[in-house]
Amino acid sequence: MVQPLGYLKESASQTAGPYVHIGCTPNFSGIEGVFETDLGSGPLYNDKTKGERITVRGFVIDGSGTPLKDALIEIWQADADGLYNSPSETRGSADPNFLGWGRTPGDMSTGEFVFETIKPGKVPFKGGRWMAPHITFWVVARGINIGLQTRMYFPEEEEANAADPVLGRIEHRVRVPTLIAKKDGNTYTFNINLQGENETVFFDI
Amino acid sequence: MTNFQPETGGFFARDREMHPPAYTPWYKTSVLRSPQRALISLEGTKSEITGPVFGHNMLNELDNDLILNYAKPGEMPIGQRILVHGRVLDERGGGVPGALVEFWQANAGGRYRHKKETYLAPLDPNFGGVGRTITDENGYYWFKTIKPGPYPWPNGVNDWRPAHIHFSIFGHGFAQRLITQMYFEGDPLIWMCPIVKTIPDEEAIKRLVAPLDMNNTIPHDMRAYKFDIVLRGRRSTLFENRKEGN
Ligand SMILES: [Fe+2]
Repeated sequence: MVQPLGYLKESASQTAGPYVHIGCTPNFSGIEGVFETDLGSGPLYNDKTKGERITVRGFVIDGSGTPLKDALIEIWQADADGLYNSPSETRGSADPNFLGWGRTPGDMSTGEFVFETIKPGKVPFKGGRWMAPHITFWVVARGINIGLQTRMYFPEEEEANAADPVLGRIEHRVRVPTLIAKKDGNTYTFNINLQGENETVFFDI
Repeated sequence: MTNFQPETGGFFARDREMHPPAYTPWYKTSVLRSPQRALISLEGTKSEITGPVFGHNMLNELDNDLILNYAKPGEMPIGQRILVHGRVLDERGGGVPGALVEFWQANAGGRYRHKKETYLAPLDPNFGGVGRTITDENGYYWFKTIKPGPYPWPNGVNDWRPAHIHFSIFGHGFAQRLITQMYFEGDPLIWMCPIVKTIPDEEAIKRLVAPLDMNNTIPHDMRAYKFDIVLRGRRSTLFENRKEGN
């Protein structure tokens, strides 16, 4: 016999189901008066936030090519200087006018999601390397048994993307473009394909 | 404000053999919504070990009282009154303070308040079915609600969801993000449910079943169910020569 390690096991994930909006964006789902606003809704920035204003939009698309109309999408990102607004950020204080977290449902009729945010700065990796500017995504919906995590990178950051250690881990290089948004002015389009030839790279991270 | 120590370690690897796989054809919606390629495994980076803080000041008094937070003045929803309480822990066994816990559910008849809901059971005019809270310094949370009813759903021709409450939990790192469901002790529908059966590990299913907790009933008012939730644990940085980022 040996001493037991005594670790607990993480609770098993279950699908968010068709009514995730009741719990996470109740005003959007038509339940008004319980919470004043839906948490994480609206622009991630205010008038005082530093950084370049951008729009990030896209669809979550199933294996038949149909956009999901019942997905919930959350993003988490660094501020313009690459600092996270988190107690686990040890390099300094992030922009107090930028939480860096947002949540939105896809549009009920089209499925499109939209975030109004700022472009994040680069973030250090270990060993003196840097991660290119990126936004972390977490997607849940009916039919998704465990939340899917992926990242959006910026197409104009060619050099930084080429040196990015996370993108560098992707063995099949043809899949790397699934993580790079398309840019049109200040608008970035980032579609998340759950299946198919262009299945988005998802991470276990 | 919360005052927990900054933690900078990466999270323990997720035990993917205990969680449901993406593709579970008996839960039909998963078929076209399941990634088919292997996930790319990575040690957590700053982007996953960090996460936002939600302050208790964002909460209103009735946010954790589903019996009253949608009811008309002087009225209450119909159904069995229950208290749901427990702790948010991580795999190391300690409480997770400051965790945002959000919950949503059907009413006593198994009907959700949602535009796309078509079940013939009636809405309860006094029940919204949504609440939230933030754990205290020990990771403890509680809320009052009406016990939800089971409901039929379109999957097989005769599939019923056991009574359940949906939970979304936000710990300290974005990599801990979790959505799950709480079931009720003694419900025979649990072991027939295609969504429950997406979980390949029987012990993991049992850990989602809340026992009746007669020690925490409110006498002459409501019974209690105890539901602990475990988030991923974090590696210690004590043994590292150099603090990350310094
Ligand atoms: Fe449900």
